[in-house]
Amino acid sequence: MSSANSAGRRLAAAVWVLAVFVVVMALSRVWLPLLASEHGAGVDRMLHYLMVTAGLMLLGGHVFLGYMLWRFSGREAATAGGAPEHRERRWSLAAAAFMALVAEGGVLALGLPVWNRYFLSEAPGNALTIEVTAEQFAWNVRYAGTDGEFGRTDPKLITLDNPLGLDSRDKRGADDIVSLNVMHAVAGRPVRIRLRSKDVIHSFFLPNFRVKQDAVPGMTVEVWFTPTRQGRFELACTQLCGFGHYEMKGVLIVQTAEEFARWTAEQSRG
Amino acid sequence: MAEPGFARRYLFTTDHRVVSLQFLVFSMFMALCGGAFMVLMRMNLAWPGIKWPLLGSLFPAVMQSGIMKPEFYIALVTMHGTVMIFFVISLALVSGLGHFIVPEQIGARQMAFPLLSALSFWIVVAAAAVLLASFGFEGGAPASGWTAYPPLSAVRTAVPGSLWGQTLWIAAMGLFIVSFLLGAINLITTILDCRAPGLGLFEMPIATWSYLAAATLGLLTFPALLAAAILLLCDRHFGTSFYLPAGLFFGKKLLPNEGGTPLLWQHLFWFLGHPEVYVLALPAWGIVLELISVYARRPVFAYRTTVYCFWAVTVLSMVVWGHHMYVSGMNPYAGEFFALATLSITIPSTVLGVNMLAGLWGGAIQMRLPMLFAIASLVMFGSGGFGGLFLGNATSDIQLHDTYFVVGHFHLMIGGVTLLATFAALHHWYPRMFGSVMGETLGRIHFWLTFPTFYVIFLLMHFDGLAGMPRRYYSWNKYDYLAGVRGHQVWISLLAFLLGAAQLLFLYNFFRGMRRK
Repeated sequence: MSSANSAGRRLAAAVWVLAVFVVVMALSRVWLPLLASEHGAGVDRMLHYLMVTAGLMLLGGHVFLGYMLWRFSGREAATAGGAPEHRERRWSLAAAAFMALVAEGGVLALGLPVWNRYFLSEAPGNALTIEVTAEQFAWNVRYAGTDGEFGRTDPKLITLDNPLGLDSRDKRGADDIVSLNVMHAVAGRPVRIRLRSKDVIHSFFLPNFRVKQDAVPGMTVEVWFTPTRQGRFELACTQLCGFGHYEMKGVLIVQTAEEFARWTAEQSRG
Repeated sequence: MAEPGFARRYLFTTDHRVVSLQFLVFSMFMALCGGAFMVLMRMNLAWPGIKWPLLGSLFPAVMQSGIMKPEFYIALVTMHGTVMIFFVISLALVSGLGHFIVPEQIGARQMAFPLLSALSFWIVVAAAAVLLASFGFEGGAPASGWTAYPPLSAVRTAVPGSLWGQTLWIAAMGLFIVSFLLGAINLITTILDCRAPGLGLFEMPIATWSYLAAATLGLLTFPALLAAAILLLCDRHFGTSFYLPAGLFFGKKLLPNEGGTPLLWQHLFWFLGHPEVYVLALPAWGIVLELISVYARRPVFAYRTTVYCFWAVTVLSMVVWGHHMYVSGMNPYAGEFFALATLSITIPSTVLGVNMLAGLWGGAIQMRLPMLFAIASLVMFGSGGFGGLFLGNATSDIQLHDTYFVVGHFHLMIGGVTLLATFAALHHWYPRMFGSVMGETLGRIHFWLTFPTFYVIFLLMHFDGLAGMPRRYYSWNKYDYLAGVRGHQVWISLLAFLLGAAQLLFLYNFFRGMRRK
């Protein structure tokens, strides 16, 4: 065996081993965080579709590449090549058509309907509204309270004791519930997040709920989702916001309606 | 006539072959800097908050009593990205190899504008000097990521690196862009105007075509970033509000700005930022196609179709920037458009990948060093490309945006594809450059330490991204949902140190080879 030949076969073997590594890693555990929201099932369907199709294409590509390296390495002369362009082109275009079907087809059939439901529809009428105002490096959380209306805020009123700039002259704000880094929600009841930022861009990421939305200063962006699972879930910032970016953690507690009502009553009394 | 002296021959020269070497050697110096930043980052990620007494005594300001400060960590993230993308890959692959390969392939005796070649090089040296100097200023190096999103990059009190470092970053990028534009004009004119008599456009070697497309794309998109950077400079120092809305609150103080929007920067930045990926990828693909044809001893597969695909990628890459902004607060209808546009760019990219593969069929493959690296680059292109399907799709991107999936993906594409193609080209054209070859054994050791290591590191990051691991984090210890994947960081760091050390072998081989005749 010539040295070029064995070098080609070594590389073929390496390409196959790497493909096996990817497949073993992919199957070794469930990678996505535990699912806890309704639309998240659609996001996961999209992800699973891609994991399977892209995974198969990756595996097939590696196997085929390795096969050619194994078979054609170290030969004296080529036995193919120089065919007219239109005959070669057929193969490239067939592959492109296949990719278009897999990629664009997946987006149209599985992706956009979920996207539209997540971003382009209004939250249902019974949704619980939570205003989240991000700042370096914390999440200010506010509920409208029993009257269902938020009090006015003004950046000019912001002080250390009044981080949101609540206007005490506005009666609607008297019963607003304000807290830091902790949100409460009800399983099965849609949640509407009104997202704002006081300083730089932050990003509101609830890994278990497949929710991610940048909090952009100067804008109020709304996202909504429906929690399907009770428990205590983590909120992380996913837009670089300064040296404390990695510590900007929050918590979403999903409870039963009774537990939530009890919590609301406690807060209003306090 | 007297022989020209050292300075005239090697420093202030307009000879394109020497300018090419200047770019290559300078990019290697910058790679050492970018690599050092990586080592520091990986040390902290594997063992966050641990004490490094030696570093503490060397750099007391940023490694207080040996523990890395979080603001220094994000400064390293920023500098690593900026240096590697603009001052390593772009310099080595586009400017460095471009100055050598293009005239070589089209039979030009020199570049169209030899003076611009020299100017382009010396301006980039100034750019790098300004960028690296930022470490010495109050507040340290810029720390808003290579993407420099305002307000973090616009408000000087938002993060320590924003005090002065960000201003130097803007100046460095301005100089870099000027240098790149001079180089692009030079490449385009050379290819269109200086070909050997009788060499038609569709008879040009495929690598030259890829340089023509890449230079054209850079020429059309880099000015957008230059304009954006000037606006950012005005916001920082001259009281304007291009990117700053009303109601910003920093350090107990309300800022007087009003009327701007941070999203404007993102649109302008990514109008260059995404095409930049293709400015780097196109020449890499051209080189891989070229070398596969040489070392499989058969013509480039579907040559004309390949050329058309280069141009399809060039045009489409200018209408896909919004896929970096799906969850930015941009209009969700725009998200739909960008999802479809982005996936349409997979079609010409697939054709290019398939043509590389098909170029091996029935060939007589000579697995020499350049071919090893070319095939490895093709493998990175395939695996990285499949990851792109996840990120180009708005729905799956909701979960993956700004996680390690993105970090893994772009390192395969603008790190792996381009770096390995650069090695392939350097091994292939080395004899034409220096009349000698690099050591074969050392070359093979370097290859086997580089390719699988690189692949494993960044594939692993994709899986961490699926688990929801956010990027640009100093540590993940606070987050319970990442408990199962945090441990990967130690492995990734160890492999990254190995990968970095292996590149020193290449540098040694490169410089030793010149002396062997």
